Formats: sequence, C-alpha cells, structure tokens
Amino acid sequence: MPLHPALDPQYFLLGHCALESRHAACCASRSTLTKVGPGCRDGASTAIHSEVALEDLLREYLPILVFLVIATGLGLVLILAAVVLAPSDADPEKLSAYECGFNAFDDARMKFDVRFYLVSILFIIFDLEIAFLFPWAVAFGDLGDAAFWSMMVFLVVLTVGFAYEWKKGAMDWE
Amino acid sequence: MQTGDLSIILPEIVLSVFAMAGLIAGAYGGRDRLGPAMIWTTSALFAALAAWIGLQGAGTATAFGEMFTDDAFARFAKVTILLSAAAVLLMGKGYMARCDLIRFEYPLLIALAAVGMMVMVSASDLMALYMGLELQSLSLYVIAALRRDSVRSTEAGLKYFVLGALSSGLLLFGASLVYGFAGTTGFAGIFEAVQGRAPVGLLIGLSLVIAGLAFKISAAPFHMWTPDVYEGAPTSVTAFFATAPKIAAMALLARVVYGAFGGIVGDWQQILAALSVASMFLGAVAAIGQRNIKRLMAYSSIAHMGFALMGLAAGTVAGVEAMLIYLVIYVTMNVGAFAFILSMERDGAPVVEISALSLYSRRSPTRALAMLVLLFSLAGVPPLVGFFAKYSVLLAAVEAGLVWLAVLGVIASVIGAFYYIRIVYIMYFGDEESELDAGGSTVLASFLVVSAALMLFGLWNLAGIEGPAAAAASTLVR
Repeated sequence: MPLHPALDPQYFLLGHCALESRHAACCASRSTLTKVGPGCRDGASTAIHSEVALEDLLREYLPILVFLVIATGLGLVLILAAVVLAPSDADPEKLSAYECGFNAFDDARMKFDVRFYLVSILFIIFDLEIAFLFPWAVAFGDLGDAAFWSMMVFLVVLTVGFAYEWKKGAMDWE
Repeated sequence: MQTGDLSIILPEIVLSVFAMAGLIAGAYGGRDRLGPAMIWTTSALFAALAAWIGLQGAGTATAFGEMFTDDAFARFAKVTILLSAAAVLLMGKGYMARCDLIRFEYPLLIALAAVGMMVMVSASDLMALYMGLELQSLSLYVIAALRRDSVRSTEAGLKYFVLGALSSGLLLFGASLVYGFAGTTGFAGIFEAVQGRAPVGLLIGLSLVIAGLAFKISAAPFHMWTPDVYEGAPTSVTAFFATAPKIAAMALLARVVYGAFGGIVGDWQQILAALSVASMFLGAVAAIGQRNIKRLMAYSSIAHMGFALMGLAAGTVAGVEAMLIYLVIYVTMNVGAFAFILSMERDGAPVVEISALSLYSRRSPTRALAMLVLLFSLAGVPPLVGFFAKYSVLLAAVEAGLVWLAVLGVIASVIGAFYYIRIVYIMYFGDEESELDAGGSTVLASFLVVSAALMLFGLWNLAGIEGPAAAAASTLVR
C-alpha cells in the first residue's frame, strides 16, 4: 500500500529506502535526515512538494475539525442548558450512586462481586468483534471471497466460545 | 482462497478444530467425565501430528504473503514441541486425577497452546509472531492458575499474567520501532532493509523485542516470575512449562535474530551473550539454597536456557545446530526429571521438599538410579548425553571466537553441578530413611527409565537428531 505522499519522505526514511533500495542515490542519502524525497530530488523541489502535499493532507482533515467544533459546542450547550434550565432539587438519594455503581470517591480496597468482572470481560470480547467487523464491512466491496470466508471462520470461532460460556453458566447471575 | 496456503498450515488447522470441537463436546456432552479420555486423545493427536510433520519431505514453503514459513527449522521445532507436550500430558494425568484437577479444558488449553507454539516457530512476520506468542501465553496463564482454590496457584497465574503482559508490551513496542525504521513487518523485508549498520532506533527496537522474548524463555535478568510460577502451578503444569514453551520461545528467538536481523549479527550477539552469562550464573548460584525441588528445577531451567542462548549467540550455523541439539536433550532430561518429581508422594499426597528424598535409594533403587543418571546428565557430567549438549554449544562459541563466553559457561556449569549432585548425595547418603511411597504409576516409571536410558545409550549418534538439527540450522542461517 503506498504511503501518503506527505508522510512518505519525512517519516519513513529507512523504510522508503528499503522499498526503493534499487535507487542508489536514495541509499546514499540514508544517513542524512533531511533532503530525502521520492527518487531523491534536490532539496528545493522536495520542500515545495511537501508543502503542497501537507495542505492537501490538512484539507482532508477539515471535516474532522468541523466535527470536533460542533461536538464541543453541542456538549457545552447541553451542559449549560441543564445548569440554567433544569430545576435543581437535590436530596441524598438523588446524589448517591445507583445500586450497581460505586462511589466515585471511596477507599479503593473494597470487595466487589467478581461477576461484574466476568460480565465486562465477556462484553469486551464482543466489543472487539465489532471492532473487527466494521472495517471489514466498510471495505467489503473491494475484498474477495477470501475476506468473506475468513470473517465467517472468525465468527464461527467466536460462536464456539459463546456457546461454551453459555453452557458453562457464565451468563447466569445466580 | 489460496488453498496452497491452507494446506501448509493444515496441522495447525487440525489441532485448532480439534480444540474447538472438544470444547463443545465437553460443554454439551460429558463435562469433566470426558477429561481422561480427552487427555489421551490430545496426546495421541500430538503424536500423530508430530509423525505427520516429521515425515513431510524437505523443502521450504511460505503461506499468507510470507507471514508463515514451513521449513526444516520449523518442522524440527514442531516435532519436538508436539512430542514433549504429548509426553508431559500423559505423565501428568495421574497427578491431575489425584488432585481432582482433571477438567476437560486442561488438555484443550494445552492443545491451543501447542497451536500457538506451532505458529511461533513458523512465524516469519512480526504480526504472526505476536499472534502465536499470545495464543500460547494466554493458554499458559490459565493453566498456571488451574487449581483455583489454592492461593499459590492463583498467585502463580496472576504473576505470570502480569509479567507476561509486561513482556508483550515490551515486545510490541520493539516491534513497532522495527516497523517504523525498516518499513515492513516481514522478516525477509527487515533482513533486506537492515544490513551492516543499523540506525539507533532500530537497535532499540531489536533490544526490546529480544527483552520481550527473554521473558518468555526466562533468561536472566527477566527470570523473576519463573521460580514462583513453577512452584505455585500444579506439578504437571510445571513440567509442561519447563519443556514445550521453552523450545517454542527459543526457536522463535532464533528465527527473529537470524531471519530478520541476520544482517547485523554483531549487534544482537552481545545482547544474547550478556543474557546467556547472566542466566547461567544466576541459575547456578540461586539454585544452591533451594529446598523445594520445583523451585530448583526453575533455576535449573534458567541456567539451561543460558547455555542454549550461548549457542544462539555464536551467530553461526554450528551455533544454531548446537542450540537445537541442546534443546532436545534438555527437554528429554526434563521429561524424565519431572516424571520423577510427579512420582514423589507420601501417603498419596504430593511432596516437593528435597529433604524428603533422604535415602530414597533404599526405598526405590531403580528410580533413584534413573534419577541419578538424569541429574548427572543435567549437570553435564562427561559420559552422559547432557555433557555432549553442553560440549556442542561450548564448541560453537569457541569456534565463533567467543572464548570468554565458553570459559564463563564452563565455570557456571561447575558451580551448577553442585546442586544436582547434592540431590544425588541426599538420595544415597541421607540421614534418615525416606518416607516417600515406594510404589507409583508405571507410566511415570517408564518415562523416567526411558529418559534416563536415552541419556546413557544416546551416545552413539544422539539418537539421530544431529542430521535433522543440521538441516534445520542451515535453512535458518542465510
């Protein structure tokens, strides 16, 4: 997979040289940290090339910036709205943690039920499954049969684990 | 899909499918009643796979974009791993039954660990390396803590897990640095990129990768988990820890340093030599004061890994060959020694104190004699095979110009001989009559006697392992 042109020259110095080790000029300049560009052009053109590429790169991130601004703004608005608009009528019960939660400021050395731990471990496994499934689903159109069947095998393996934990009673609270 | 790729990893697939089928059969079928049958089946499958892999023809094949390599080196390591795992699994069955530890998951976890080890020794990419290593480690963490109601066993599992996670972190950090500087995770690509002089960042990555792997082979100064885990885990599990995973991690280390960093031998040679010296001396000195035979075997394994590292540090084909021969002999000796330890019982309860062996020779002369042979062999006393193991690594080190390393190895070996011979002394010239049970299972006795006999009669050609080891070494070193 080709690296982004802006990333290539500066950050993957040796790797770039390794990939293009047939270019004698490139390998000659391996020891210097500056002035290494694709095909070892001279310093000036490399700088211009990088500047243009950097702008392109930043432009690609513009939607993320917009997203961050909106997210921060919306978050602030919601919090402030709650402070300004909501009626505040606190009593000890309302301020305490829910029955399954822990006090935020308390002695760390306390007993807590190991079943919480088990549930969270089981949750993480399926959380990770989703983390694998998402990029696979997004790129699915470009992938071949091998990718489809690999994922099916992965899901079958997970299902075996799921069936085992179910039968072993890991999901029963009592 | 590339059917060629799948046919190359067929042994691993068979073992994984077996483990998953066993899991379902156990959970929905017979539960722990299936345990003994499962142990037999798993051992038989290990032996069958070892025969299958061993009888495959020569040649090298790669799969999945050169992530997985099947060559003579991998086959040699896999056969050793599978056979030792099968032996240890059978050996531990009686012990597990007496401690009420036969769960159907136990052999299946060992099977999964074996899959991980097979991937490790075949890995030719940092990703495959890490995947195999973690599959093996996660299975081992669980079986270390198999005895859930014992504080020692849980402590062993937890300690092993925490330090294992730390070592994985080091390894991953190193791997990311190597990737950053070499531009690829494939060993072949790294080998091409790193020739002659390597940048400092890559050297840091290399050191971190070696440190992470040194944890797994318990080389000093990354050994601190070993005695506690060996002591706390059930003895049959300890026997497993001392055999197959050591071969896998050592073979993996050899693959990384030669396969990926074969162009900068001088750089990793000094690291491995330092690890080797530290392990040999720590193992030899720290074992002297031990009263628990499992802790003693832990230090013994540290010292032996030091010697195996010496072969690796030589940086030559002869060095790798010596290391492989050393590992096979070490594993054979350890299988026998642990068969002896597993049979140490008083009134049906396991005993691990060395002092309990006092005058054991009167109680059970054959076992004592077999153990004597094994202990002398572990110490490296000349007429036995254990001596030739040490001799071959020392010779490789001298031939590679590391005379100082060989001299230090001889000194450490002399110090280490003391504690092996002390056990012999206690067995034959102790103060009071041993109260250990004289009888015992024939399975353990036969493993003990066969292992001891191999140490005596394997002298002619080291049971024929020299040829395959030489072939394996020459495929690895370019």
